[in-house]
Amino acid sequence: MISNAPTIHALAKQGKRLDGRSMNEFRGPITVKTGISWTAEGSAQVQIGETVVMAGVKLSLEKPYNDTPDQGGIMINAELLPLSNPDYEPGPPGMKAIELARVTDRGIRESHAIDMKKLCITPGEKAWFVIVDVISVNDAGNLYDAASLAVMAALKSARFPEVDPETGAVQYKKKTDTPLPIVKNPISVTVYKIQGQLLVDPSLDEEEVFDARLTVASDTDGTISAMQKGGDTPLTVEEVDQMVTLALEKAQELRAKLVEFVQ
Amino acid sequence: MAYETRVDGRKHNELREMSAKVGVIPNAAGSAEFRIGKTWAIAAVYGPREVFPRFLAKADRGILRCHYGMMPFSGSGERIRPGRSRRAQEIAMVMEKSLNPVLDLKAFPKAQVEVFVDLPQTDAGTRCAAISAASMALADAGIPMTDMISAVAVGTVDGTVVADLDYNEESYPAAVSDIPIAMTHKDKKLTLLQMDGDVSKEALINALEMAKEATERIYELQVKALKEKYAAEDKQ
Repeated sequence: MISNAPTIHALAKQGKRLDGRSMNEFRGPITVKTGISWTAEGSAQVQIGETVVMAGVKLSLEKPYNDTPDQGGIMINAELLPLSNPDYEPGPPGMKAIELARVTDRGIRESHAIDMKKLCITPGEKAWFVIVDVISVNDAGNLYDAASLAVMAALKSARFPEVDPETGAVQYKKKTDTPLPIVKNPISVTVYKIQGQLLVDPSLDEEEVFDARLTVASDTDGTISAMQKGGDTPLTVEEVDQMVTLALEKAQELRAKLVEFVQ
Repeated sequence: MAYETRVDGRKHNELREMSAKVGVIPNAAGSAEFRIGKTWAIAAVYGPREVFPRFLAKADRGILRCHYGMMPFSGSGERIRPGRSRRAQEIAMVMEKSLNPVLDLKAFPKAQVEVFVDLPQTDAGTRCAAISAASMALADAGIPMTDMISAVAVGTVDGTVVADLDYNEESYPAAVSDIPIAMTHKDKKLTLLQMDGDVSKEALINALEMAKEATERIYELQVKALKEKYAAEDKQ
Protein backbone atom coordinates (compact mmCIF):
# COMPACT_ATOMS: atom_id res chain seq x y z
CA MET A 1 0.00 0.00 0.00
CA ILE A 2 1.24 3.47 -0.86
CA SER A 3 1.57 5.61 2.24
CA ASN A 4 1.30 9.38 2.34
CA ALA A 5 3.21 9.43 5.63
CA PRO A 6 6.55 10.80 4.33
CA THR A 7 4.79 13.59 2.44
CA ILE A 8 2.55 14.50 5.38
CA HIS A 9 5.60 14.59 7.66
CA ALA A 10 7.65 16.72 5.26
CA LEU A 11 4.79 19.16 4.71
CA ALA A 12 3.98 19.37 8.44
CA LYS A 13 7.52 20.55 9.18
CA GLN A 14 6.81 23.51 6.88
CA GLY A 15 3.41 24.09 8.48
CA LYS A 16 1.61 22.74 5.38
CA ARG A 17 -0.93 19.99 4.71
CA LEU A 18 -1.57 17.49 1.94
CA ASP A 19 -4.95 19.01 1.02
CA GLY A 20 -3.64 22.57 1.07
CA ARG A 21 -5.44 23.68 4.22
CA SER A 22 -3.73 25.75 6.88
CA MET A 23 -2.95 23.91 10.12
CA ASN A 24 -5.82 25.42 12.10
CA GLU A 25 -8.42 25.26 9.34
CA PHE A 26 -11.44 22.92 9.36
CA ARG A 27 -12.71 21.34 6.14
CA GLY A 28 -15.86 22.78 4.69
CA PRO A 29 -18.74 22.68 4.52
CA ILE A 30 -19.66 22.26 8.18
CA THR A 31 -23.38 21.64 8.38
CA VAL A 32 -25.76 20.52 11.12
CA LYS A 33 -29.19 19.14 10.24
CA THR A 34 -31.66 18.21 12.99
CA GLY A 35 -34.83 16.12 12.89
CA ILE A 36 -33.40 13.57 10.46
CA SER A 37 -35.09 10.58 12.17
CA TRP A 38 -38.76 10.66 13.16
CA THR A 39 -38.32 7.61 15.40
CA ALA A 40 -35.75 9.30 17.65
CA GLU A 41 -36.76 11.80 20.32
CA GLY A 42 -34.03 14.03 18.90
CA SER A 43 -31.63 13.54 16.00
CA ALA A 44 -28.98 15.28 13.96
CA GLN A 45 -26.63 14.77 11.03
CA VAL A 46 -23.33 16.61 11.06
CA GLN A 47 -21.06 17.01 8.09
CA ILE A 48 -17.46 18.24 8.27
CA GLY A 49 -16.03 18.05 4.77
CA GLU A 50 -16.70 14.49 3.63
CA THR A 51 -17.12 13.17 7.18
CA VAL A 52 -20.75 12.48 8.04
CA VAL A 53 -22.10 11.30 11.40
CA MET A 54 -25.62 10.90 12.73
CA ALA A 55 -26.77 11.04 16.33
CA GLY A 56 -30.11 9.92 17.73
CA VAL A 57 -31.57 10.39 21.20
CA LYS A 58 -33.85 7.81 22.83
CA LEU A 59 -35.48 8.48 26.20
CA SER A 60 -36.77 5.92 28.65
CA LEU A 61 -38.19 5.88 32.17
CA GLU A 62 -36.03 3.93 34.61
CA LYS A 63 -35.34 3.57 38.31
CA PRO A 64 -32.62 6.09 39.34
CA TYR A 65 -29.23 4.80 40.53
CA ASN A 66 -29.02 4.22 44.28
CA ASP A 67 -26.32 6.86 44.79
CA THR A 68 -28.27 9.54 42.87
CA PRO A 69 -31.93 8.79 43.68
CA ASP A 70 -33.08 12.29 42.66
CA GLN A 71 -31.46 12.30 39.20
CA GLY A 72 -31.91 10.85 35.72
CA GLY A 73 -28.99 9.66 33.63
CA ILE A 74 -27.23 9.94 30.30
CA MET A 75 -25.23 7.48 28.23
CA ILE A 76 -23.51 8.01 24.90
CA ASN A 77 -22.69 5.10 22.62
CA ALA A 78 -20.81 5.10 19.32
CA GLU A 79 -21.12 2.71 16.38
CA LEU A 80 -18.45 2.74 13.68
CA LEU A 81 -20.48 1.22 10.86
CA PRO A 82 -18.71 -0.93 8.25
CA LEU A 83 -20.85 1.08 5.82
CA SER A 84 -18.79 4.18 6.66
CA ASN A 85 -15.23 3.03 6.09
CA PRO A 86 -13.62 0.01 4.38
CA ASP A 87 -11.53 -0.73 7.49
CA TYR A 88 -14.49 -1.22 9.85
CA GLU A 89 -15.82 -4.73 10.40
CA PRO A 90 -19.17 -5.99 11.65
CA GLY A 91 -19.23 -7.17 15.24
CA PRO A 92 -18.98 -5.81 18.77
CA PRO A 93 -17.43 -2.34 19.14
CA GLY A 94 -13.64 -2.24 19.04
CA MET A 95 -11.37 0.02 21.08
CA LYS A 96 -11.73 2.90 18.61
CA ALA A 97 -15.52 2.99 19.00
CA ILE A 98 -15.31 2.53 22.77
CA GLU A 99 -12.86 5.42 23.18
CA LEU A 100 -14.89 7.68 20.88
CA ALA A 101 -18.05 6.96 22.88
CA ARG A 102 -16.40 7.46 26.26
CA VAL A 103 -14.60 10.68 25.36
CA THR A 104 -17.79 12.14 23.81
CA ASP A 105 -19.79 10.98 26.85
CA ARG A 106 -17.42 12.60 29.36
CA GLY A 107 -17.33 15.90 27.49
CA ILE A 108 -21.08 16.24 27.90
CA ARG A 109 -21.62 14.47 31.24
CA GLU A 110 -18.86 16.29 33.14
CA SER A 111 -19.90 19.72 31.89
CA HIS A 112 -23.32 19.08 33.50
CA ALA A 113 -24.88 20.15 30.22
CA ILE A 114 -28.14 18.47 31.24
CA ASP A 115 -29.77 19.27 34.57
CA MET A 116 -30.04 15.68 35.80
CA LYS A 117 -32.31 16.60 38.71
CA LYS A 118 -34.92 17.91 36.29
CA LEU A 119 -35.01 14.45 34.69
CA CYS A 120 -36.26 12.93 37.93
CA ILE A 121 -39.98 12.30 38.22
CA THR A 122 -40.27 10.39 41.51
CA PRO A 123 -37.06 10.23 43.62
CA GLY A 124 -35.80 6.70 44.04
CA GLU A 125 -38.45 5.37 41.68
CA LYS A 126 -38.67 6.96 38.30
CA ALA A 127 -36.52 9.27 36.17
CA TRP A 128 -35.77 9.92 32.50
CA PHE A 129 -32.66 8.29 31.09
CA VAL A 130 -31.13 9.69 27.93
CA ILE A 131 -29.25 7.45 25.50
CA VAL A 132 -27.53 9.02 22.52
CA ASP A 133 -26.17 6.81 19.75
CA VAL A 134 -23.56 8.31 17.45
CA ILE A 135 -23.28 6.56 14.10
CA SER A 136 -20.50 7.06 11.55
CA VAL A 137 -21.97 7.29 8.05
CA ASN A 138 -18.86 8.33 6.13
CA ASP A 139 -15.65 8.40 8.17
CA ALA A 140 -13.25 10.71 6.37
CA GLY A 141 -11.44 11.76 9.56
CA ASN A 142 -12.09 13.68 12.79
CA LEU A 143 -15.01 11.66 14.15
CA TYR A 144 -14.34 13.10 17.63
CA ASP A 145 -15.32 16.66 16.82
CA ALA A 146 -18.16 15.63 14.49
CA ALA A 147 -19.56 13.26 17.15
CA SER A 148 -19.57 15.89 19.89
CA LEU A 149 -21.32 18.42 17.66
CA ALA A 150 -23.88 15.84 16.48
CA VAL A 151 -24.68 14.71 20.03
CA MET A 152 -25.25 18.28 21.23
CA ALA A 153 -27.42 19.08 18.20
CA ALA A 154 -29.48 15.90 18.71
CA LEU A 155 -29.90 16.64 22.44
CA LYS A 156 -30.99 20.22 21.74
CA SER A 157 -33.54 19.07 19.17
CA ALA A 158 -35.00 16.36 21.44
CA ARG A 159 -38.55 16.57 22.79
CA PHE A 160 -39.99 14.39 25.57
CA PRO A 161 -42.54 11.78 24.49
CA GLU A 162 -45.92 11.65 26.18
CA VAL A 163 -46.48 9.32 29.11
CA ASP A 164 -49.76 7.50 29.58
CA PRO A 165 -51.16 8.86 32.87
CA GLU A 166 -52.92 5.54 33.60
CA THR A 167 -50.24 2.96 32.89
CA GLY A 168 -47.12 5.13 33.07
CA ALA A 169 -45.98 3.74 29.71
CA VAL A 170 -43.95 5.98 27.38
CA GLN A 171 -45.89 6.79 24.21
CA TYR A 172 -43.04 7.12 21.77
CA LYS A 173 -45.21 8.09 18.82
CA LYS A 174 -46.53 11.20 20.60
CA LYS A 175 -44.00 13.94 21.27
CA THR A 176 -44.59 16.87 23.61
CA ASP A 177 -43.16 20.37 23.01
CA THR A 178 -40.90 20.07 26.04
CA PRO A 179 -37.16 20.08 25.33
CA LEU A 180 -34.51 18.46 27.53
CA PRO A 181 -33.21 20.64 30.41
CA ILE A 182 -30.00 21.61 28.61
CA VAL A 183 -28.09 24.33 30.42
CA LYS A 184 -24.72 24.32 28.64
CA ASN A 185 -23.21 23.88 25.18
CA PRO A 186 -20.03 21.81 25.59
CA ILE A 187 -18.11 21.22 22.37
CA SER A 188 -15.08 18.98 21.79
CA VAL A 189 -12.16 19.94 19.61
CA THR A 190 -9.26 17.58 19.02
CA VAL A 191 -5.81 19.01 18.33
CA TYR A 192 -3.29 16.74 16.63
CA LYS A 193 0.48 16.91 16.75
CA ILE A 194 2.48 15.80 13.71
CA GLN A 195 6.23 16.42 13.55
CA GLY A 196 6.04 18.98 16.34
CA GLN A 197 3.34 20.96 14.54
CA LEU A 198 -0.25 21.31 15.76
CA LEU A 199 -3.29 20.96 13.53
CA VAL A 200 -7.06 20.48 13.75
CA ASP A 201 -9.65 18.49 11.80
CA PRO A 202 -7.37 15.73 10.46
CA SER A 203 -8.06 13.80 7.29
CA LEU A 204 -7.88 9.97 7.40
CA ASP A 205 -4.31 10.17 6.08
CA GLU A 206 -3.30 12.50 8.89
CA GLU A 207 -5.02 10.33 11.51
CA GLU A 208 -2.81 7.45 10.41
CA VAL A 209 0.48 9.24 11.02
CA PHE A 210 -0.11 11.57 13.99
CA ASP A 211 2.24 11.57 16.97
CA ALA A 212 -0.18 12.76 19.67
CA ARG A 213 -3.66 14.16 19.98
CA LEU A 214 -5.59 15.97 22.67
CA THR A 215 -9.38 16.15 22.75
CA VAL A 216 -10.63 19.11 24.79
CA ALA A 217 -14.32 19.54 25.66
CA SER A 218 -15.12 23.09 26.70
CA ASP A 219 -18.12 25.26 27.46
CA THR A 220 -18.98 28.76 26.16
CA ASP A 221 -17.03 30.46 28.97
CA GLY A 222 -13.91 28.39 28.29
CA THR A 223 -14.38 25.99 31.20
CA ILE A 224 -12.87 22.63 30.29
CA SER A 225 -15.02 19.61 31.16
CA ALA A 226 -13.07 16.67 29.75
CA MET A 227 -9.79 15.86 28.04
CA GLN A 228 -8.21 12.81 26.48
CA LYS A 229 -4.67 12.47 25.24
CA GLY A 230 -4.11 9.92 22.52
CA GLY A 231 -1.13 8.73 20.51
CA ASP A 232 2.21 7.28 21.55
CA THR A 233 4.26 10.48 21.79
CA PRO A 234 4.49 12.47 25.04
CA LEU A 235 3.50 16.13 25.27
CA THR A 236 5.24 18.96 27.13
CA VAL A 237 3.25 21.30 29.36
CA GLU A 238 3.95 24.08 26.84
CA GLU A 239 2.45 21.96 24.06
CA VAL A 240 -0.63 21.23 26.15
CA ASP A 241 -0.98 24.98 26.71
CA GLN A 242 -0.88 25.63 22.95
CA MET A 243 -3.23 22.73 22.19
CA VAL A 244 -5.82 23.83 24.74
CA THR A 245 -5.63 27.43 23.48
CA LEU A 246 -6.25 26.26 19.91
CA ALA A 247 -9.03 23.89 21.00
CA LEU A 248 -10.88 26.64 22.91
CA GLU A 249 -10.62 28.99 19.93
CA LYS A 250 -11.94 26.39 17.48
CA ALA A 251 -14.69 25.30 19.89
CA GLN A 252 -16.23 28.77 19.53
CA GLU A 253 -16.31 28.26 15.74
CA LEU A 254 -18.10 24.91 16.05
CA ARG A 255 -20.44 26.24 18.76
CA ALA A 256 -21.45 29.01 16.35
CA LYS A 257 -22.59 26.25 13.96
CA LEU A 258 -24.68 24.71 16.72
CA VAL A 259 -26.38 28.06 17.32
CA GLU A 260 -26.69 28.77 13.58
CA PHE A 261 -28.33 25.46 12.64
CA VAL A 262 -30.21 24.39 15.78
CA GLN A 263 -33.32 26.46 16.70
CA MET B 1 -65.58 -5.11 1.82
CA ALA B 2 -64.68 -3.50 5.11
CA TYR B 3 -61.34 -1.97 4.16
CA GLU B 4 -61.89 0.41 1.23
CA THR B 5 -60.26 3.68 2.34
CA ARG B 6 -56.68 3.14 3.42
CA VAL B 7 -55.45 4.49 6.76
CA ASP B 8 -53.41 7.22 5.04
CA GLY B 9 -55.85 7.72 2.16
CA ARG B 10 -53.73 6.14 -0.60
CA LYS B 11 -55.20 4.28 -3.57
CA HIS B 12 -54.96 0.49 -3.19
CA ASN B 13 -52.02 0.19 -5.58
CA GLU B 14 -50.38 3.48 -4.59
CA LEU B 15 -46.93 3.47 -2.98
CA ARG B 16 -45.87 5.97 -0.36
CA GLU B 17 -43.80 8.93 -1.50
CA MET B 18 -40.37 7.71 -2.58
CA SER B 19 -36.96 9.17 -3.28
CA ALA B 20 -33.67 7.61 -4.36
CA LYS B 21 -30.15 8.91 -4.56
CA VAL B 22 -26.93 7.27 -5.73
CA GLY B 23 -23.42 8.05 -4.44
CA VAL B 24 -24.21 9.05 -0.86
CA ILE B 25 -21.17 7.45 0.85
CA PRO B 26 -17.93 8.80 -0.69
CA ASN B 27 -15.76 6.10 1.01
CA ALA B 28 -17.68 3.21 -0.61
CA ALA B 29 -17.15 1.64 -4.04
CA GLY B 30 -20.84 2.22 -4.64
CA SER B 31 -23.68 3.57 -2.52
CA ALA B 32 -27.30 4.62 -2.57
CA GLU B 33 -30.18 5.63 -0.37
CA PHE B 34 -33.83 4.72 -0.82
CA ARG B 35 -36.70 6.34 1.02
CA ILE B 36 -40.28 5.14 0.99
CA GLY B 37 -42.63 6.93 3.36
CA LYS B 38 -40.77 7.29 6.64
CA THR B 39 -38.53 4.27 5.97
CA TRP B 40 -34.99 5.25 4.99
CA ALA B 41 -32.30 2.76 3.90
CA ILE B 42 -28.68 3.66 3.16
CA ALA B 43 -26.56 1.07 1.30
CA ALA B 44 -22.80 0.95 0.77
CA VAL B 45 -20.85 -1.57 -1.31
CA TYR B 46 -17.23 -2.49 -0.59
CA GLY B 47 -15.19 -4.82 -2.74
CA PRO B 48 -14.53 -7.01 -4.59
CA ARG B 49 -12.04 -7.67 -1.80
CA GLU B 50 -10.55 -10.55 0.16
CA VAL B 51 -12.91 -12.93 1.97
CA PHE B 52 -12.75 -13.41 5.74
CA PRO B 53 -13.17 -16.11 6.96
CA ARG B 54 -11.39 -17.63 3.99
CA PHE B 55 -13.32 -20.92 3.88
CA LEU B 56 -16.30 -18.97 2.52
CA ALA B 57 -14.39 -18.12 -0.65
CA LYS B 58 -15.33 -19.84 -3.92
CA ALA B 59 -12.61 -20.82 -6.37
CA ASP B 60 -14.67 -20.10 -9.48
CA ARG B 61 -16.51 -16.88 -8.55
CA GLY B 62 -16.89 -14.06 -6.10
CA ILE B 63 -19.49 -14.17 -3.35
CA LEU B 64 -22.03 -11.59 -2.21
CA ARG B 65 -22.40 -10.88 1.51
CA CYS B 66 -25.12 -8.62 2.81
CA HIS B 67 -25.44 -6.94 6.20
CA TYR B 68 -28.58 -5.29 7.53
CA GLY B 69 -28.86 -3.06 10.58
CA MET B 70 -31.44 -0.79 12.13
CA MET B 71 -29.81 2.15 13.90
CA PRO B 72 -30.52 2.07 17.66
CA PHE B 73 -32.90 5.05 17.39
CA SER B 74 -34.67 3.89 14.21
CA GLY B 75 -37.55 1.95 15.79
CA SER B 76 -40.82 3.62 16.69
CA GLY B 77 -40.69 2.28 20.27
CA GLU B 78 -37.83 1.84 22.70
CA ARG B 79 -34.17 2.03 21.72
CA ILE B 80 -32.94 -1.02 19.84
CA ARG B 81 -29.81 -2.52 21.37
CA PRO B 82 -26.93 -2.44 18.89
CA GLY B 83 -25.57 -5.70 17.54
CA ARG B 84 -26.96 -8.15 15.03
CA SER B 85 -30.22 -9.73 16.08
CA ARG B 86 -31.49 -12.98 14.57
CA ARG B 87 -34.00 -10.89 12.64
CA ALA B 88 -31.17 -8.81 11.15
CA GLN B 89 -29.22 -11.94 10.24
CA GLU B 90 -32.22 -13.50 8.52
CA ILE B 91 -32.92 -10.32 6.57
CA ALA B 92 -29.27 -10.17 5.49
CA MET B 93 -29.57 -13.75 4.24
CA VAL B 94 -32.75 -13.13 2.23
CA MET B 95 -31.14 -9.97 0.80
CA GLU B 96 -28.34 -12.14 -0.59
CA LYS B 97 -30.87 -14.56 -2.09
CA SER B 98 -32.78 -11.63 -3.60
CA LEU B 99 -29.78 -10.03 -5.28
CA ASN B 100 -27.64 -13.03 -6.27
CA PRO B 101 -29.73 -14.07 -9.32
CA VAL B 102 -28.82 -10.87 -11.19
CA LEU B 103 -25.17 -10.65 -10.11
CA ASP B 104 -22.36 -12.02 -12.24
CA LEU B 105 -19.34 -12.44 -9.96
CA LYS B 106 -17.40 -14.90 -12.16
CA ALA B 107 -14.75 -12.27 -12.78
CA PHE B 108 -13.91 -12.13 -9.06
CA PRO B 109 -12.92 -15.67 -7.92
CA LYS B 110 -12.03 -15.98 -4.21
CA ALA B 111 -13.26 -12.43 -3.57
CA GLN B 112 -16.33 -11.02 -1.88
CA VAL B 113 -18.58 -8.09 -2.60
CA GLU B 114 -20.08 -6.75 0.63
CA VAL B 115 -23.24 -4.70 0.93
CA PHE B 116 -23.97 -2.87 4.18
CA VAL B 117 -27.44 -1.43 4.67
CA ASP B 118 -28.28 0.70 7.70
CA LEU B 119 -31.55 2.45 8.47
CA PRO B 120 -31.77 5.76 10.38
CA GLN B 121 -35.59 5.63 10.61
CA THR B 122 -38.23 3.03 9.80
CA ASP B 123 -41.97 2.64 9.25
CA ALA B 124 -42.39 -0.92 7.89
CA GLY B 125 -41.02 -2.24 4.60
CA THR B 126 -37.41 -2.09 5.76
CA ARG B 127 -36.15 -5.26 4.04
CA CYS B 128 -37.64 -4.16 0.73
CA ALA B 129 -36.15 -0.67 1.03
CA ALA B 130 -32.83 -2.31 1.93
CA ILE B 131 -32.91 -4.50 -1.19
CA SER B 132 -33.91 -1.62 -3.50
CA ALA B 133 -31.07 0.52 -2.08
CA ALA B 134 -28.57 -2.38 -2.27
CA SER B 135 -29.40 -3.05 -5.90
CA MET B 136 -28.66 0.58 -6.84
CA ALA B 137 -25.46 0.59 -4.76
CA LEU B 138 -24.21 -2.56 -6.54
CA ALA B 139 -24.88 -0.94 -9.92
CA ASP B 140 -23.12 2.22 -8.75
CA ALA B 141 -20.11 0.10 -7.72
CA GLY B 142 -19.89 -1.24 -11.27
CA ILE B 143 -20.53 -4.85 -10.23
CA PRO B 144 -21.61 -6.81 -13.34
CA MET B 145 -25.39 -7.27 -13.22
CA THR B 146 -27.84 -8.75 -15.69
CA ASP B 147 -30.85 -6.87 -14.31
CA MET B 148 -32.03 -4.60 -11.53
CA ILE B 149 -33.87 -5.84 -8.44
CA SER B 150 -36.77 -3.78 -7.11
CA ALA B 151 -38.53 -4.67 -3.88
CA VAL B 152 -41.75 -3.66 -2.14
CA ALA B 153 -44.28 -5.18 0.23
CA VAL B 154 -47.77 -6.02 -0.96
CA GLY B 155 -50.49 -7.64 1.10
CA THR B 156 -54.07 -7.62 2.24
CA VAL B 157 -55.87 -5.64 4.90
CA ASP B 158 -59.23 -7.12 5.85
CA GLY B 159 -59.38 -8.89 2.48
CA THR B 160 -58.41 -5.86 0.35
CA VAL B 161 -55.23 -6.19 -1.71
CA VAL B 162 -52.90 -3.20 -1.20
CA ALA B 163 -49.33 -2.21 -2.04
CA ASP B 164 -46.63 -0.93 0.35
CA LEU B 165 -48.18 -1.40 3.78
CA ASP B 166 -47.00 1.01 6.46
CA TYR B 167 -46.87 0.29 10.19
CA ASN B 168 -50.47 1.43 10.75
CA GLU B 169 -51.71 -1.04 8.15
CA GLU B 170 -49.50 -3.88 9.36
CA SER B 171 -51.06 -3.43 12.80
CA TYR B 172 -54.63 -2.84 11.55
CA PRO B 173 -57.16 -4.56 13.82
CA ALA B 174 -58.39 -7.11 11.23
CA ALA B 175 -56.91 -9.91 9.15
CA VAL B 176 -53.72 -8.55 7.60
CA SER B 177 -51.11 -10.15 5.38
CA ASP B 178 -47.70 -8.68 4.69
CA ILE B 179 -45.90 -10.07 1.63
CA PRO B 180 -42.45 -8.59 1.04
CA ILE B 181 -41.29 -9.38 -2.48
CA ALA B 182 -38.37 -8.54 -4.75
CA MET B 183 -38.59 -8.80 -8.52
CA THR B 184 -36.38 -8.76 -11.56
CA HIS B 185 -37.29 -6.07 -14.07
CA LYS B 186 -37.03 -7.92 -17.39
CA ASP B 187 -39.15 -11.01 -16.76
CA LYS B 188 -40.84 -10.09 -13.44
CA LYS B 189 -39.57 -13.10 -11.54
CA LEU B 190 -39.67 -13.21 -7.76
CA THR B 191 -36.30 -13.32 -5.95
CA LEU B 192 -37.78 -12.57 -2.53
CA LEU B 193 -41.08 -13.93 -1.30
CA GLN B 194 -42.05 -13.96 2.33
CA MET B 195 -45.45 -13.69 3.91
CA ASP B 196 -46.82 -13.15 7.37
CA GLY B 197 -50.45 -13.07 8.42
CA ASP B 198 -53.64 -14.31 6.94
CA VAL B 199 -54.37 -14.51 3.21
CA SER B 200 -56.43 -16.54 0.72
CA LYS B 201 -54.76 -18.10 -2.32
CA GLU B 202 -56.76 -15.85 -4.62
CA ALA B 203 -55.78 -12.68 -2.79
CA LEU B 204 -52.16 -13.82 -2.72
CA ILE B 205 -52.03 -14.13 -6.51
CA ASN B 206 -53.78 -10.79 -6.92
CA ALA B 207 -51.24 -9.20 -4.57
CA LEU B 208 -48.34 -10.68 -6.56
CA GLU B 209 -49.85 -9.31 -9.76
CA MET B 210 -50.07 -5.87 -8.09
CA ALA B 211 -46.41 -6.28 -7.14
CA LYS B 212 -45.38 -6.34 -10.82
CA GLU B 213 -46.74 -2.86 -11.33
CA ALA B 214 -45.49 -1.60 -7.95
CA THR B 215 -41.91 -2.77 -8.53
CA GLU B 216 -41.99 -1.10 -11.95
CA ARG B 217 -42.47 2.29 -10.20
CA ILE B 218 -39.46 1.52 -8.01
CA TYR B 219 -37.40 0.38 -10.99
CA GLU B 220 -38.07 3.67 -12.80
CA LEU B 221 -36.91 5.60 -9.74
CA GLN B 222 -33.76 3.45 -9.34
CA VAL B 223 -32.75 3.97 -12.97
CA LYS B 224 -33.46 7.70 -12.74
CA ALA B 225 -31.26 8.01 -9.64
CA LEU B 226 -28.40 6.14 -11.33
CA LYS B 227 -28.68 8.26 -14.46
CA GLU B 228 -28.74 11.45 -12.40
CA LYS B 229 -25.41 10.62 -10.80
CA TYR B 230 -23.69 9.67 -14.03
CA ALA B 231 -25.21 12.53 -16.03
CA ALA B 232 -23.79 14.90 -13.39
CA GLU B 233 -20.38 13.20 -13.68
CA ASP B 234 -20.41 13.46 -17.48
CA LYS B 235 -20.85 17.21 -17.32
CA GLN B 236 -17.76 17.65 -15.18
